Amino acid sequence: MSAAATHTGVRVEGLGKRYGQTRVLDDLDLEIRPGEFVALLGRSGSGKTTLLRTLAGLDPVEDGAVVVPRQVAVVFQEARLLPWKRVRDNVMLGLDGADARDRAEAALEEVGLAHRLDAWPLTLSGGEAQRVGIARALVRSPELLMLDEPFASLDALTRLRMHAMVDALWQKHRCAVLLVTHDVDEALTLGDRAVVLDRGRIRTTLPLTMQRPRRHDDPGFSAARRSLLAALDVHEAA
Amino acid sequence: MLDRVSSLPPARARAAPAVRDARRARVGALRRMVSPLLILVLWQAASWSGLVSPQTLASPLAILATATDLTRSGVLPHNLLVSLVRAGSGLAIAIAGGVVLALIAGLSRLGEDAIDAPMQMLRTLPALALVPLFILWFGIGETPKVALVALGAMIPIYLNLFKGIRAIDPKLLEMGRTLGLSQGQMIRQIVLPGALPDLLTGLRFSVGISWLMLVVAEQVNASSGIGHMMMDAQDFLRTDIILVGLLVYALLGLLSDQVVRWLERTLLAWRPAARVSA
Repeated sequence: MSAAATHTGVRVEGLGKRYGQTRVLDDLDLEIRPGEFVALLGRSGSGKTTLLRTLAGLDPVEDGAVVVPRQVAVVFQEARLLPWKRVRDNVMLGLDGADARDRAEAALEEVGLAHRLDAWPLTLSGGEAQRVGIARALVRSPELLMLDEPFASLDALTRLRMHAMVDALWQKHRCAVLLVTHDVDEALTLGDRAVVLDRGRIRTTLPLTMQRPRRHDDPGFSAARRSLLAALDVHEAA
Repeated sequence: MLDRVSSLPPARARAAPAVRDARRARVGALRRMVSPLLILVLWQAASWSGLVSPQTLASPLAILATATDLTRSGVLPHNLLVSLVRAGSGLAIAIAGGVVLALIAGLSRLGEDAIDAPMQMLRTLPALALVPLFILWFGIGETPKVALVALGAMIPIYLNLFKGIRAIDPKLLEMGRTLGLSQGQMIRQIVLPGALPDLLTGLRFSVGISWLMLVVAEQVNASSGIGHMMMDAQDFLRTDIILVGLLVYALLGLLSDQVVRWLERTLLAWRPAARVSA
């Protein structure tokens, strides 16, 4: 079981996990400071999703120790909205208190969906649905927000807009974020630190210190991009 | 619908489609009325000419007159009410029982092992064959009739809801867990609404079965109800009363089907298909 922490960051020590003969996570150590934005990269099958599911409490901790904050929220790749609840009610799901409705509406306004409060989820575009998912996570004021390839199925332009929105929301809420992604530019745009996972272990940690909001033509950006691609075994022709 | 669309000559469908479609739909609806009306006229003519005796088949006008008389005298309203109460209470028991059993079986493996096998066996049994046994057990009062309706109508509720619960997207349940929903909230917010389309499908079958069960129960052993009214009329060769009973059954079936359709449109408004047809 993951214990509730006195500090509000994440600490993973010696986490191990196997499915049958396959070792998915192997003695993994990871720390996320309160308010830190960590981008987690790695090939398919490197254990990214298993790590996220363990931190979210969806998979049990078998070996090692995991400490996560009390308030954890997850945004999945598919928005996972309940199609039979209107947008507002999806965000309100599981909230209690007299102000739940106001809080949900405020969260939806933050993601730019104040005009879609009463819409049915099946009428939303992919980007809109994902923004509802983000509002549903933020309305719980999480200390740790986990995003599991949240923009992978969106078109390129929508994805860029979502990056700017997530950046702004994070600046405002200052929760710890773990972003699982395949997209190197996404990691470079948003992360304080990029962590590369390989065969269940952390292979590289790359601090990203470029000024925010980040621009792709920043020289520091291209340098970091090269290092990160090298860590992922992609070598660009010089 | 389909036959009308496919019978359109494609070349003529091009001109002013909206107006044409509306007019064609009206004409189509009228055309569909022609043959039933013709049958009624022929039937009435056959009765007047003496070709068909009233003991074999009462004429449409005679049926209408009988229906009016039975309504005025209170015989029809009384028997109709008795039948409605039987079908209604049987259906209510069926819904309650079917939902509870499907929830138990759908939400736990242990529950499935305990409940699903007997229910699947019960499903293969024609419920009407239970009439003699029910009369022995419950006598000839209201109990065997309501029990027969309840048992027959419960099976489709259970089967469809169970299937619906098992077909819930596990990703939604997982999402509910990450939001910290309690077991009760998961059932109320995710499982039941998610399985509601299947529950309503089951309800539609159940309503149909309820009437079927009621017909048999009331004709085999009853002292009131539409079925009894018809059996009574048989003794006096009153085909007009029998046909009024048939008409009432048909209307009840039609009406209850419309109610379930309305429920589907209202409760499943979130589905794109439901919105289009609404």
